[in-house]
Parts: sequence; structure tokens; C-alpha cells
Amino acid sequence: MTATALERAERRKAWAFALPALLWTGFFFLVPFAYMAAISLWTRQGREIVATWTLDNYIAFFEKAHLFKGLVVSLEITAAVTVISVLLAYPLAWIIAERVPKKWQRFALVMAILPFWTSYVVRSYSWLLVLSKGGVVNQALLALGIIAEPLELSANRTGTIIGFVHFFVMLLTLTIYANLIQLSPNYRRAAADLGANAFQTFWHVVLPLTLPGIMVGAFLTFVLCIGDYITPQILGGNNELVLPQVIMLQLGRRADFPMAAALSLVLMVVVTLAYIACARWLKMERT
Amino acid sequence: MRHLTTALAALYAGLLYLFIFLPVVVLVLFSFQDGTLPVPPLNGLTLRWYEAVFSDGKLMAALGNSLVVAVVSSAIACLLGFLAAYAFARYTLPASALLRSLIVAPMTVSTLIIGLGLLSVLNLTGLRLSLVTVGIGHVVINLPLCFAIIYASMGGHQVNIERAARDLGARDWQVMLLVTAPMLLPSILAAFFLSVTFSWDEFIVAFLLSRFDVTLPVEIWSMLRSGLDPRTNAIGSVVFLISVAFLIVMELAVFRKTGKSS
Repeated sequence: MTATALERAERRKAWAFALPALLWTGFFFLVPFAYMAAISLWTRQGREIVATWTLDNYIAFFEKAHLFKGLVVSLEITAAVTVISVLLAYPLAWIIAERVPKKWQRFALVMAILPFWTSYVVRSYSWLLVLSKGGVVNQALLALGIIAEPLELSANRTGTIIGFVHFFVMLLTLTIYANLIQLSPNYRRAAADLGANAFQTFWHVVLPLTLPGIMVGAFLTFVLCIGDYITPQILGGNNELVLPQVIMLQLGRRADFPMAAALSLVLMVVVTLAYIACARWLKMERT
Repeated sequence: MRHLTTALAALYAGLLYLFIFLPVVVLVLFSFQDGTLPVPPLNGLTLRWYEAVFSDGKLMAALGNSLVVAVVSSAIACLLGFLAAYAFARYTLPASALLRSLIVAPMTVSTLIIGLGLLSVLNLTGLRLSLVTVGIGHVVINLPLCFAIIYASMGGHQVNIERAARDLGARDWQVMLLVTAPMLLPSILAAFFLSVTFSWDEFIVAFLLSRFDVTLPVEIWSMLRSGLDPRTNAIGSVVFLISVAFLIVMELAVFRKTGKSS
């Protein structure tokens, strides 16, 4: 196929427009990513990275308990956070969509996600204030005589989970609400006409129809939660570290970039597996 | 029965709103604490922590840095995103689908990995870490978003108007600047403002890629080392106020307008 001069000129123009974005992504994303994948297969001597090809970093990940445990802790916390957040957010989204008068819904929703807009670091710090030994929750429970000793709510897994759940309840309320109001009222009317009561309508009609939306929200929660460093670092204490904390630890005084790179790729593989599982489930739902 | 479920629903919603607002209320309330520990009991109200924060040169410099990085990196991301969206929507490029997925790829990778990758390559080149490197990282994070938003709003219905402009003698850059960009302004602004909020709050990349000049989240992070401190409450409340003000401006300026035109 011979292109005319005009076509060639047009194509040159198209490339000129697309190239800045492509080059930026290439130079500052693709190249660093490829380099990271490469050094995950290299080793370190002192503070120098040596380009000898080996699987040592990945083997060490599976063999050394303090590295592998990071992934286990990450998965446990992420699973707990995802389940708790969905269970808490769904009723709230449902109440806003079904019980709150139409003209107040937008306001109710904006209020439900307002703290979403505080800085992420500051939000975790705020929870530290609330959950610390002398914090509001412990003081209130002590004053009410419910507990005799302050509860250990921060510097452990409980703190991390509460901090995460707070963030993801807001996110999921938003996505589930968006899902619920898209449902045509005809489904519910049809179910009612066929004699279903409110609970049966919800259980057999509304819930299954919103399940794909919940899945997408849960996947988003999983991805953001398992990759987060800030919340566990501020609220989780030093006793058990999640994978992103273990990764950041490699960078500290040891400057072990190859190990950090290998652990990051492990994290990425886990996220990709979750994505594949989620996509397959959604596909099965549809057919 | 109906009353009972309504009461239960109200109770549940009330409890969850309490949960959602608890940290923010405690943060703001104890930023006025007349004492050195921002936990109950509230000894009295004072503005001295705000005074301390506003006279803290490092903190104010970090706030300025954050604003500059957010605005500049978002502007670059929007410009690159707009040009690329124009190229893919108006011309046929070879392997177009592959190239488009390359541009949105960083969206699927955690910011920790983006930051780590950039850091290891920068170490290699010997380039010094600075606000520029933070900005580069933030463009990488925000470009996929800007491209996706602007590309999605480039419909076929604008093509005829662009063609008309060309028939009337407009050059390519005139068409783009005077015809296409104004038509897409709502989505360009939406992309810009979203990028600004992400960059403003982004921590990991800013933490990994900065050294002496830092952004606000990184400066707040280093304040956390001193434990609970009413000064952190004060700067946290200021950041919250700025974000909410920004949100209101965004709501009024962008989303109202798009709502009307559609």
C-alpha cells in the first residue's frame, strides 16, 4: 500500500500529538518498570547492585519467614478489611438510596464521604488520636464503666483494620449507592406483584442484581488495601508488618533494591491474580 | 413494623455517620486544645497551635511546594493527555489499542511500584532527587486519568464542527486551541482538578523521590515521629479545610456546568 503525501503528512501529525504522552509513559514508567523487573533478578554487594542473574531474591522470599509472613499478614488484613467494609457499607448505601428522601440523597452521600477528602496521612493520624490509650474511645468506655483497663486499639492489627475500614466504607458506600439507584424500580414492582415480601425482594432480586457492582468495589478495596503503606505504618505498630512495610524496610539502611524490587513484583502478581479471579467471576455471572 | 425498620435504619445510619466523622471531629476539636496532648480532657480552647503552624517556615514551605507540584504536574498531565486523546480520537494510528493501553497502564500499578522503579532509575542516572522528580512521578500517576477522561469525552459529534472550522481556513493548532479545547473544557477541567487533588494528597512517590524540599504530606509524616502533637492536629485541620474548599469550588465550577450542558 502506498500512502499519498497527504496521508503521510496526516500520520506525521498524529504521531506528533501522541508522542509526548507515549514518551513520558515510556521513559518514566515502562523503562523503570523493566529495570525493576531486571534488578529483582540481580544481587547486591554492600550498597552496590551487581548484575548477576539469579532467582535468589524470590527463593529468599519463600524461605525467610520474616519476608513471607509479610504477604500472609497482608492477605489476612486485606481479606478482613474487604469483608467488614462491604458488610458495613451496603446497609448504609441501601438506606441512603431507599429510605432518604430523593432531594436529600445527594447531601447524605456527600456527608458520608466528606472525611474521604482529608489528607490520607492525616486521617490515619486522627485514628491514632481516637484509638490511643488516652484517646476518646478508651476514655469514653472507661467513664461509662464498660471497661476497667484501656483497650489496646492501636499499635496492632485492630488499629490497622479500623483505619482501613473507615476509608473503604466511604468508598464502597459511594460505589454501592451508584449501583442501587441504577436498578429499575420495575424489578421490585414485578417481585412485589408476584407476592414477594420486602425481604424476599431484597434477597432474591436486589442483592443478586447489585452483586457485580459489589464485586468491583471489593476488588478496588483489595487492590488499594494490599498496596498501602501509610495506614499500617501509623496504626499497626511494629509487631507484624504488611508486605509494603517489608518492601520499604529493604530500602532503609540496607538499600537492598533487588530485594525490594522482587517483593514489589510478588505484590503485583498477587494483585494480578485477584484481578483475573474477579474478571472470571464477573464473566461467569454474565453468561 | 414499618416504624421499627425506619427506627433501625436511622439508628444504623446514625452509628455509621458517627464512625465516619469521629476522627475528623476529634482532629479538629483537639487542634484547639489548651495543653500539649491532643486527647481528652479538653482543657480549654486556644489558637496557639495554629499560630505555631503558620509561623513554622518548613511547614509553610512544604504547603507551597505541594501546591506548586500539584498545579504544574496536573497541567502537564492534562496537556499531554489532551494531545494524545486528540491523536487517538481524530487519526488512525497503527497498533492504536496497544498504545492506548500503554498510556493507561500506570493506573493499574500501585504507586509504591511506580515510585520504586523511578527511584532505582534515577539512582542510575545520578539525577538529584527534588521537587522536579516528585512532579515527574505525579505526572506518571495522573496522565492515565487525564487521558482516559478527555479521550472518553471526544465524541464524533465534535468532528463536524472541527471540519467546519478547517473549511473556513483554520489551521490545525487553531482548530485544536479555539474549537476542540473549548468544547472539551468541562472534561479537561474535571481531569485537571482530580489530578490536583490526587497530587496534593499523594505520599509514597513524594516520599521516595524527594530529599530536601518536600511536599506537605511528607512534612506531616515527619511530624508524626514526635507522636501525638496538637500542631499536627492544627495543620491537619488546615489541610482538611483547604480540601473541602477546593471540593466546593470544583463542584460549583465544573460539575454544575457539565450537569447543565448535558
